[in-house]
Amino acid sequence: MTAFDLKAWFIREILPLEAALMQYLQHNWRNVADITDLRQDVYLRVCEAAAQEPPRHPRQFLFTTARNLLIDRVRHAQIIPIEAVSDLEALEVAKDEPSPERSAIARDELRRLQAALDRLLERCREVVMMGRVEGLSGREIAARLGVAECTVSEHLAKGMRALANILFGHPSDLTKLP
Amino acid sequence: MNEHATTSSTTIEETASDWLQRQRFFDWDAAAQAELDAWLAQSLAHKLAYWRLEAAWDRTERLKVLRAAEKLAPKVVPRHVNRWIFAVGAAAALAAVVTIVRTQALPRSVVTQTYATTAGGHKTITLTDGSQIELNTNTVLRIATDNPRNVWLDKGEAYFQIRHNDANPFVVIAAGHRVTDLGTAFLLRSTNSRVSLSLIEGRARIDSINPDMQPHSAVLSPGQVAVATANSLSTSTKPAVELDNELGWRRGIVIFHHTTLDAAVAEFNRYGNEKLAVSDETVGALMLNGTFPTHDTQAFIRVAQQVLHLKVQKDGSRLVLSR
Repeated sequence: MTAFDLKAWFIREILPLEAALMQYLQHNWRNVADITDLRQDVYLRVCEAAAQEPPRHPRQFLFTTARNLLIDRVRHAQIIPIEAVSDLEALEVAKDEPSPERSAIARDELRRLQAALDRLLERCREVVMMGRVEGLSGREIAARLGVAECTVSEHLAKGMRALANILFGHPSDLTKLP
Repeated sequence: MNEHATTSSTTIEETASDWLQRQRFFDWDAAAQAELDAWLAQSLAHKLAYWRLEAAWDRTERLKVLRAAEKLAPKVVPRHVNRWIFAVGAAAALAAVVTIVRTQALPRSVVTQTYATTAGGHKTITLTDGSQIELNTNTVLRIATDNPRNVWLDKGEAYFQIRHNDANPFVVIAAGHRVTDLGTAFLLRSTNSRVSLSLIEGRARIDSINPDMQPHSAVLSPGQVAVATANSLSTSTKPAVELDNELGWRRGIVIFHHTTLDAAVAEFNRYGNEKLAVSDETVGALMLNGTFPTHDTQAFIRVAQQVLHLKVQKDGSRLVLSR
């Protein structure tokens, strides 16, 4: 029997659900500043469990985990923010249905990527294009733009984070990019 | 309490993105890899953040199609420009104009020769490989100087009879689309944002190339017609007779077959004769059949008068057909 490949499982089963997860978290948690932390913790719990035994219904498992995490957060908070969770009882666990967002993402991907690039600051966009489309190295980009290599690094790293948010996250993230 | 809650996801993500860009864009060796491995081994949160960014970045591989579009138009090395101008001077008989253009679809500069017809014009261009391009009325077409099999139809209509060559496919760019010959004769008409491709023989492929558009493509067989706009592509089949009628202009004629007067007038007006108009919708909806020389408005008017019993009145520069 082959070892369970957690990385492949995470990319295949969980990442495509990120848009739905982000929507769920944003809908049920008022403090926007906590959302990426919550996302990280949901992923951690899900993957820790999956490393022991992969869940049979990843989508259902992901949303159950998210729901439990939100409940834990409310219970353990020293001051319970009543308004933090809009309605815990009403948290609906999405079913393991064929997810429409998967096909929609595939169809619109080039457009989404373009839109994502357009939201980057001009210089960041330029650097990402040179690296991704033209295939230049970091050093070549730095030389062509006449900037330090560490500046190129910063732009590339920022671009990578922004692109991940666009590709996996909720489309409303489009407005919140650097 | 959740022990992960204290670790800032933002910090982890920033570190992960820094590793990823270093690995992908800067010198990378075993020592660097060992360092990264050590960081990843510190916690599952590190791994997840890294995997997520890596998966996203690998999906942006698709952006390279933009480069594929650029490749069509080779970069211009400035020192070549003078030589091209000289070369065209020798070919002045072609009445060609050299321009250095930046097109929407192809961000690179490319040196092209422009061929144009005015209203009523008709011109045939023969390429060195024997391929022929016939320009209909009011058409602008550019040919890449260094590879005459790269062509832009900027406006109007052209008929392409192409000698197929697998090694150097014939490519036409029109209204944000690329038409690639797969052994072909085809008719291509381009308006501002709409391109219509009719396949006469062989096969041809049409793809959208403007990255702002929804990607779409189709491969056509003889008798098929594709109409593409920024966000749509539809194909249909036309009877051979109808396709043949569309090509009437190659023989200097327009052919109407169950055509509305509206459409016939619009077609006639393309050829720069006296401009015709219809007085109202009912007149425009009348059907007619017939074959007319493209330059002979009078023949058309006579049919309108004698067969459709319409009146013809001059209104400024227009001739208006009415009951």
